[in-house]
Amino acid sequence: MSATTVTSQPTARPAVRRERAVHAPIPFRRLVSVEWRKMFDTRSGFWLLVAIAALAVIATGATLVFGNRDNLGYGSFASAVGVPITVILPVLGALSVSSEWGQRTALTTFTLVPSRGRVIAAKLVTVVTVGLASLVVALAAGAVGNLLNGAIIGHAPLWDVSWRTILQIVLVDQIGMLMGFMLGVLFRSSPGAIVGYFVYALVLPGVSGALASAQQWWADHAAWFDLRTASIPLYDSGVTGQEWAQLGVATLIWLVLPLAIGLRMLMRSEVK
Amino acid sequence: MIEIQSLTKRYRDFTAVDDVTFTARPGRVTGFLGPNGAGKTTSMRVMVGLTPPTSGSALILDRAFTDLPNPGREVGVLLDASAQHAGRTGREVLTIAARTMGLPRQRVDEMLDRVSLTEHEAGRRVRNYSLGMRQRLGIAAALLGDPSVLILDEPANGLDPAGIRWMRDLLREFADDGGTVLLSSHLLHEIEVIADDIVVIGNGRVVAQGTKDELLAAGGTLVRAADPAALLAALQAAGLKARAGAAGVVLAEAELPVVGRAAFDAGIALTELRAADGAGLEEMFLALTAESQRDHLSPGSTSNGAAA
Ligand SMILES: Nc1ncnc2c1ncn2[C@@H]1O[C@H](COP(=O)(O)OP(=O)(O)OP(=O)(O)O)[C@@H](O)[C@H]1O
Ligand SMILES: [Mg+2]
Repeated sequence: MSATTVTSQPTARPAVRRERAVHAPIPFRRLVSVEWRKMFDTRSGFWLLVAIAALAVIATGATLVFGNRDNLGYGSFASAVGVPITVILPVLGALSVSSEWGQRTALTTFTLVPSRGRVIAAKLVTVVTVGLASLVVALAAGAVGNLLNGAIIGHAPLWDVSWRTILQIVLVDQIGMLMGFMLGVLFRSSPGAIVGYFVYALVLPGVSGALASAQQWWADHAAWFDLRTASIPLYDSGVTGQEWAQLGVATLIWLVLPLAIGLRMLMRSEVK
Repeated sequence: MIEIQSLTKRYRDFTAVDDVTFTARPGRVTGFLGPNGAGKTTSMRVMVGLTPPTSGSALILDRAFTDLPNPGREVGVLLDASAQHAGRTGREVLTIAARTMGLPRQRVDEMLDRVSLTEHEAGRRVRNYSLGMRQRLGIAAALLGDPSVLILDEPANGLDPAGIRWMRDLLREFADDGGTVLLSSHLLHEIEVIADDIVVIGNGRVVAQGTKDELLAAGGTLVRAADPAALLAALQAAGLKARAGAAGVVLAEAELPVVGRAAFDAGIALTELRAADGAGLEEMFLALTAESQRDHLSPGSTSNGAAA
């Protein structure tokens, strides 16, 4: 114990008090760029993105090889590339939030940026951007497939999907991804969020369908309360005002409300 | 400067932190000492806004931590070195933190160098880091923003003796430059070696605080006899303030000759009689450790377990 003072001789202590610089607040775009980096710098994030691109190419190739070439139009390609996207994007959305808790990086993240809402907002911007970029890649792969098909059969390629419908499909896929994001916020656990998503995507439609066949009222009104049912008209061209309203109400119930609850819990929770 | 005012944190009916008040001053290393489960980590988590307090406040540089515009530039925090993404490299962990704070890239290299992580080690994924390497990475992350306050939870954990020495010097230098250091430990010896001020916490409450010199000086006289109970009774009968410590020790608030005389008058043969210097703190800490839970030391066992 007596040896301890050797390193702490106060005689040499300089009287310098640290000058306190005034630090600017962290700008939001910096948070977005950090979240963007965090999405790509781990194996899981990186490979999910590679998988999206690879599956789009594979789906396009499969459609070319196995489809009935003479009837193939862009609609066939677009729905083929859409299938893997609708599965992967929600997982990506969930992981972007839940991995902070699974890997316990939330501890560092929220110590560096105590305003949790801003971090989650930055994640949201990142996820939506990545989602849009993935959709562009997938739809482009489908378009290349359609062009190739035209070249193979020697006809002008068939563009049987309107821009409007494409945008609507993009919207549906983004809602699906945000469902994953919402579940990530709500559960703050990767397995919980992913299982939650598949219950929502695979089990609930069955329940809703069974209910509709048993009950006429539900069959007539399900679209107001069931987001999957409400999304179906968006795959076609003419969406009526009522159908938009149904989509809005169902999105409010399934996405906005639980997201608000999840955010509230996340803001108050203890980060362990 | 860290100012903790009446901080309380309750989990249902369990009070983890109970009305804790203390101040960690610039230019000084403040040791936050307490046995396992005393509430050190919980207090520190409240300080940095990760855990909402039940009541009370914690101000860092005159502000709530969550009101600091860019906290990493003012407060370096190390709470749990293992809380890092196992799949990121050490360099990537620091790069993310540096980007968040808005620091230039070379700052990462400087810090890796400062904590002696080699280029090669920095490129490894954190999952493959040894305990000490994680700790060094955590310290690098805490120092990255060139803060003026450090909050470190058990920073010596997992460091080898040379590493502990290195960290001690680092913290000393940091405080001598006018920085504020708060570090926790459950080892009295570790805190004694490094701290200027000590706050002792047990079962969520502050049981002692002051400068190291004050706490170590407040000792009185340490006596020992074959029958501690009889000795205690005799000293009290002689009108001395005395109490039983752990491990069969009796501590009396009186000068050596007075205590010796009282024992002699009672016909008790002493086996030990000396100035307690520091033993008071050690005793208190040992008693705290023993009573709070887990290992119940039997009387008469080792007298300096806490300093080991
Ligand atoms: N979320 C929680 N719910 C219930 N009890 C909790 C919670 N978090 C901490 N505690 C309890 O609070 C007490 C203080 O824990 P804390 O981690 O602060 O101790 P510590 O002083 O850091 O101990 P150690 O030296 O072992 O790290 C413990 O009894 C712990 O079980
Ligand atoms: Mg602890």
